[in-house]
Amino acid sequence: MAKTVLIRLDVNGEKRELAVPSQRTLLEALRYDLGLTGSKQGCDKGDCGACTVLADGEPILSCITLAADAQDRRITTIEGLAGPQGLDEVQRAFADCGALQCGFCQPGMMLSARALLNSCPKPSLDQIKHALSGNLCRCTGYTKIYEAVQVAAGMRAASDRKPVQSERAEASDSVAHAPKEFAP
Amino acid sequence: MSGVGTRLPKQDGAAKADGSGVYADDISFPRMLHAKILRSPHANARIKSIDTSEVLKYPGVVATLVGAELPIKYGVIPWTHDEQALCTDHARFVGDAVASVAALDERTAEEALKLVKVDYEILPAVHTPQEALKTDIKVNEKAKVGNITKHVNLQFGPVDEAIASAAAVTRETYRYAGSTHVPIEPHCAVARADGDGNLTVWSSTQIPHYLQRELSRVLELPQSKVRVIQPLLGGAFGGKSDPFALEFCVAKLALKTGRPVKILYTREEVFYAHRGRHPMDMDVTVALDSGGRIAAVDNKILIDGGAYASFGLVTAYYAGQLLTGPYRFGTYRFDSYRMYTNKPPCGPKRGHGSVQPRFAFEVALDEAAEKLGIDPIEVRRRNFIGEFVETVNGQRITSNGFMKCLDVVEKASGWRERHGRLGRGRGLGVAGSMYISGTAYPVYPNEMPQSGVLVKLDRSGRVVVYSGASDIGQGVNTLLCQIAAEELHCDPRDVTIVAADTDLTPVDLGAYSSRVTFMVGLAAREACQKLAAKLLKAGGETFAEACQKAEAAEGAPLAATGGYRTQKLGGNYRGGTIGASPAYSFTAHVAEVSVDEETGIWRVEKIWAAHDCGRALNPTLVEGQIEGSVYMGAAEAQMEEMVYDEKGLLFGPSLLDYRIPTSLDTPDLDAHIVESNDPNGPYGAKEAGEGPLHPAIPAIANAIHDACGIRIRELPFYPNRILKLLKERRA
Repeated sequence: MAKTVLIRLDVNGEKRELAVPSQRTLLEALRYDLGLTGSKQGCDKGDCGACTVLADGEPILSCITLAADAQDRRITTIEGLAGPQGLDEVQRAFADCGALQCGFCQPGMMLSARALLNSCPKPSLDQIKHALSGNLCRCTGYTKIYEAVQVAAGMRAASDRKPVQSERAEASDSVAHAPKEFAP
Repeated sequence: MSGVGTRLPKQDGAAKADGSGVYADDISFPRMLHAKILRSPHANARIKSIDTSEVLKYPGVVATLVGAELPIKYGVIPWTHDEQALCTDHARFVGDAVASVAALDERTAEEALKLVKVDYEILPAVHTPQEALKTDIKVNEKAKVGNITKHVNLQFGPVDEAIASAAAVTRETYRYAGSTHVPIEPHCAVARADGDGNLTVWSSTQIPHYLQRELSRVLELPQSKVRVIQPLLGGAFGGKSDPFALEFCVAKLALKTGRPVKILYTREEVFYAHRGRHPMDMDVTVALDSGGRIAAVDNKILIDGGAYASFGLVTAYYAGQLLTGPYRFGTYRFDSYRMYTNKPPCGPKRGHGSVQPRFAFEVALDEAAEKLGIDPIEVRRRNFIGEFVETVNGQRITSNGFMKCLDVVEKASGWRERHGRLGRGRGLGVAGSMYISGTAYPVYPNEMPQSGVLVKLDRSGRVVVYSGASDIGQGVNTLLCQIAAEELHCDPRDVTIVAADTDLTPVDLGAYSSRVTFMVGLAAREACQKLAAKLLKAGGETFAEACQKAEAAEGAPLAATGGYRTQKLGGNYRGGTIGASPAYSFTAHVAEVSVDEETGIWRVEKIWAAHDCGRALNPTLVEGQIEGSVYMGAAEAQMEEMVYDEKGLLFGPSLLDYRIPTSLDTPDLDAHIVESNDPNGPYGAKEAGEGPLHPAIPAIANAIHDACGIRIRELPFYPNRILKLLKERRA
């Protein structure tokens, strides 16, 4: 059995003391010891980015960071992103732009986006792609995520492209081998 | 009011944005145990004995579970119950579940698994469907003949005669690699039993109702004692539409111990759970007459199914039945075998069964048209089947916006100026497709509605919609708010959704076959319209006042139900109902690729996709479905493959080895919505979640041809395969 260590964490501005097994990861400490289940476990190997949190404003993978090694750093989880006045611009833009579908990658994705916008308030599309390349999303094809980051940065409005109408279309060549038709 | 057709933000958007949304793994209870599953290291082995006596001595272990304690076989399709929660006597793939241990914490359960003693007799294994056809080795006893899960052979018209008299014929072999869903959320289930024998299972499932039925059968509990709740779901794509070992294990362990039990699959276990895209080997013949019209299509399909049936019976049909639009086929034949092999079972991945033959056909169509000197978009227009017609295999097509889809991608991509003119190493390709909006029949025969919705009005003006449908991220709960707002003229933010809880909500069959918008949408509209009539009669200055007056007039609380009743559809022959759908969606893509002819390294630069979804009830959600589908299709062309070694061991069951596209690997996606307003869909809507995946792969293959003159017929389009074809072309 692993020995138990006493650690001090600074999470979302709250100082917490925990007695945890020495091999406790930061993700486990957040989810199991502090009840901050917004940080997600997708792979537990540092591949998917769902567990991303900010340490002194930098995105880190909490599933491959020991809780003990996160001491003396200011940790921000998704629960700490919104302020008393409501959701952060990134959170608001993700919701408005449909940048989320299942939402599982989203806490990590939004924290990476927040870190990007803090260091680079008007990022290019390439900068956005690079900044988010450690966060896998399986639902969106990333397109609306880029849009949300740009909306959060005040660089554009949410997309409002109108659907194209299709008129009733006849078969191209109804003589050749016309299939059986029926009334609509 | 944000009724249908508006870009209402997602109903669960705030909970997902601030981290407060509850997924299965976020659920925990006092005294909850954590369980793990021991898995077979052998591809095919007789289990002679399992000894768990040492396990119970390990500190922290509370209970063990072996297959003999829940031996009843199950499966999502009632005719192919062929798997057990834990194997009793036969393990059929590396990763098959063999025993389970529940302990005070996950790490203890994991450690204690090492103490389970399993005596295996290792048997020779079957690794390919070709071997499966020839061998005497039996992978799964459920197969009546050899290793065949299902064989389908259907012919419509004189195929051979049509081929013999055709102007241009292509006859080639295509190979589609297996891939898997990779939802970012691993499967997770939690079970709790109360003192009265009521069992509740929270699971990351997209089929709560079918799961309830199978739990009831396997655990031998009345269905009324089993409650399944689907919390927020972190992605599925078809990968959570079977019952899985973990759900039975947590349920049985909870009953055994009287304590709540959780199992969270590791990422590695998610790869073994699989049910992903079936590998298919296809011999495809496409014959065109001198006018470029499709005279015949003939497809021989060999499907690698893995160790269990899953939806495989349907796969064998879908591989043929769903190809017969958006083009007219003069004649058509397919012959498909779905084979058992000693690998993780395949199942329904987004575009179930039809993505693979669609790839082969759309490439073959391009090639045949090239022989006749017909432009790829033109040949597709020339074969357009039309609207309100029957396909060659007797499926009823209603609205069909495919021609408009072609127009949109042709224009957006600059096809006329750019196709064939981009110079060496750069090209454009086109492809089209069709997909179902739900299947005409439930997986178990019954006359009850496929979908039910209950709507209750409170005198406060709060609307509560009780829906059995699974929101798996596609946004059906948001849609329900919009439908309520549309019909009742209430604020969509005053709608509460109670969803996917088999005790509280009416039955919906699940989030599969792209059925949800169509069927749940119609059920919800019906329920809301009944209430709207009462509110209109009652009148009132505000919505709440109308609710109060209507309730007073009714003399009872206000509620109404709606249902989706299955229509009789399909061809008049055995299997003719499989692939029958109340409406079909249509899609066209143009892909642009660049290929480095020195290295074979290529990339998709951009994909323009136009999708006829009937009517977009929420354009933001529809665009999201199109973009996600195109991304996933392009990923299969680019990089994804389930690779096994000669012993049946899956290479690299992790996200480092099984690569999925990051933001840097994903092409630019340009999604266009086409509305054909289907007469039968809710407000004209059809599906959007699976259809738009199909054309991505052949459009890319056809673009590679435009870029460098080669025809690639095997997925994924690895650079070494491209390079080999380039060398052969030069030779």
